[in-house]
Amino acid sequence: MNLLLRRLRADLFATPADGALSLGLIALISAAAVGLVQWACQKAQWAVIQANSTLFAVGRYPEAQQWRLWLLTALLTAATGVSWGLLRSHPRADREGQLWPRNDRLVLGLLAAVALWVPWALRLAPALQSRWWLLAALLGASRWLAGRFGSHLSRPLLRLFPLVWPLLYLIGMVLISGGLGLMPVPPSQWGGLLLTLLTASFAILLCFPLGVLLALGRRSDLPLLRWSAVVYIEFIRGAPLITLLFLGQNILGFLLPGGLAPDRIWRAAWVLTFFAAAYLAEAVRSGLAAVPKGQAEAARSLGLSYPQTLVRVVLPQALRVALPAMVGQFISLFQDTTLLSLIGLLELLGVARTVMANPEFLGNNREVYLTLALLFWSCCAALGLGSRALEKRLDPQTLSQSASRP
Amino acid sequence: MRKPQALLDRVDHPPWWRDRRVIPWLVQGVVGLLLLVLIAFLLGNLVHNLTARGMLLSWRWLGEPAGFDISESFLPFDAAQPYWRGLAAGLANTLRAVLSGLVGATLLGTLAGMASFSRNGLLRGLTRAYVEIIRNIPLLLQLIFWYFVVFLSLPNGTAALQIPGVVLAKSGLYLAGFSQGMHWSLPQLINGVWQAPWRLSVEFAALLSGLIIYSGAFIAEVVRGGIASVPKGQWEAATSLGMGWFPTLRHVVLPQALRVIVPGLNTQYISLAKNSSLAVAVGFSDLYSVAETTLNQTGRALEVYLLLLGAYLALDLVISVVMNGLNRLVQIRER
Repeated sequence: MNLLLRRLRADLFATPADGALSLGLIALISAAAVGLVQWACQKAQWAVIQANSTLFAVGRYPEAQQWRLWLLTALLTAATGVSWGLLRSHPRADREGQLWPRNDRLVLGLLAAVALWVPWALRLAPALQSRWWLLAALLGASRWLAGRFGSHLSRPLLRLFPLVWPLLYLIGMVLISGGLGLMPVPPSQWGGLLLTLLTASFAILLCFPLGVLLALGRRSDLPLLRWSAVVYIEFIRGAPLITLLFLGQNILGFLLPGGLAPDRIWRAAWVLTFFAAAYLAEAVRSGLAAVPKGQAEAARSLGLSYPQTLVRVVLPQALRVALPAMVGQFISLFQDTTLLSLIGLLELLGVARTVMANPEFLGNNREVYLTLALLFWSCCAALGLGSRALEKRLDPQTLSQSASRP
Repeated sequence: MRKPQALLDRVDHPPWWRDRRVIPWLVQGVVGLLLLVLIAFLLGNLVHNLTARGMLLSWRWLGEPAGFDISESFLPFDAAQPYWRGLAAGLANTLRAVLSGLVGATLLGTLAGMASFSRNGLLRGLTRAYVEIIRNIPLLLQLIFWYFVVFLSLPNGTAALQIPGVVLAKSGLYLAGFSQGMHWSLPQLINGVWQAPWRLSVEFAALLSGLIIYSGAFIAEVVRGGIASVPKGQWEAATSLGMGWFPTLRHVVLPQALRVIVPGLNTQYISLAKNSSLAVAVGFSDLYSVAETTLNQTGRALEVYLLLLGAYLALDLVISVVMNGLNRLVQIRER
């Protein structure tokens, strides 16, 4: 108690001026907090969110086909649970094996609370509510199974497990768009969070190899490669994203033979990809610059070929340095998907604007924008947290500590 | 003795596809050829498609009357004036937003960046919260929030928010200033309508608030990183020489921090200039929004696009040149 008081005094009331400032800030913050809570509990009409929750989640995806999205969600949940269990519960060089480390228990509790509270707060139909609970239970169960019995699996199986993710991505694409015996659902019917996540994940996955290639090109000794990479990167970075989306919607049709231009949504997704690749290339380039030249020279003099040097020696070090900047780019790419609403696509923000154009929900824009802000904030903050954890885990100091342990 | 000789031969005269002197030319030849084919393919399609529609590159339409109005413009403009005047008015609006945004965001960011080194824990926490909240919410969402939620729900007339010299109403932001020569005048209510020497539209005010608060958070991080890059020993050395807090900051820390801050600011300024194109979402007639209207009326996609791109590239270039000049000024001069 004494310590706390002393700490408070040093932090907030060290000098009279400091004390006055602190008091003012405390008054300001508590007034704002009280106002916000009062508004959220009494004045806000959350019906606009409750009535349109499906629209926000998947847009105008046909109701008869929505079981495909539930199936995809279940598959993703199971894969997440298994990966989580395999990553966290097994003894590693730097850590004892523990089925439920403390942070994991925290995260599980948080997820359970969200899965219980959000469907209830959204006033979903009981059938839908129970589906969310089942999904939460599936996550916990697969996490537990993988943590408990994962170590009995054979090594090759464990090594191959990450391949589940690209496979799942392809399965997801088929489930969403149809084909292979499923009824096709055209992209114009995708929307809401589904479209946001789809375009963001598509762009993030594809911009990564492109960005690495561009960064290597920019640092190449061959003038032609270097200059084409420089021209591309600077051209893309000089233009606002909205003008590039505009290019994709209005001019791409002229650049390709008639009828070859893809659907508007895919055009926008490709524009996002090419846009993000230029920024990612700059992040990777800073990482490449941080790898001492001696590393590549040492690898070459040991007889490694150029591709081997790159893949085994230079890139692992460069990408580790570039990781924070790269995740920063991914976060801003995720935020940039909101710009799709400006070219008339119905991603989250686009759906929000159509909902607010509905006379029934006129004047409810605070509730909608606050919900969207909270959604975006939690996604981006989670990405940032994950990046910081990964950064710490890949830090050479942690790695060398873990290697020196018996 | 034959084997080593053969080995040496293979090292000295490798087959041509592994020859150090050939590979670079080979790689560049292949890449160059691919690029050429791609460019020829795209340009060929472009010419073919444009000819088919009878819309080959032409700039004559720029002189035709625009037929649309710009709600708020720095340069005088009306519907009877040609398209190029409209685009110029849009560019002027963009420049106005970017310049005021730069000044505001720099001030806010510098203050917040310095506040994150305050001795007051609450202030530090508040700065941290500001940066973390703002950076994780999309700018477009913030702009729309400022416009539709904050500025459009302001009261009008006598109920408007008033502080001496400033009035904030739904019809705009009114500031005191000199009007008609050297005559200082305050905003006043005349027949239920506010009148003042300076009036900013709510669209502009919303755009500016969004841009300043968003970029301010990024600039705060740049400033914080710059100050943190100065070793603690510099503060201690200056203090032990008897310098106070402000002289230390002014003569010792800032000159060293600026070397790190200025390149970071350059990036932030350019992204602010590009972000100003989101003005179209709050109904402010900036360059992009005028260009979009022009395209919808004339159908001249390629020409409008080239103008738009050229304007933004030029704007970025100007910012870069100015900031590089500044960077040269603050870099350390080695003896």
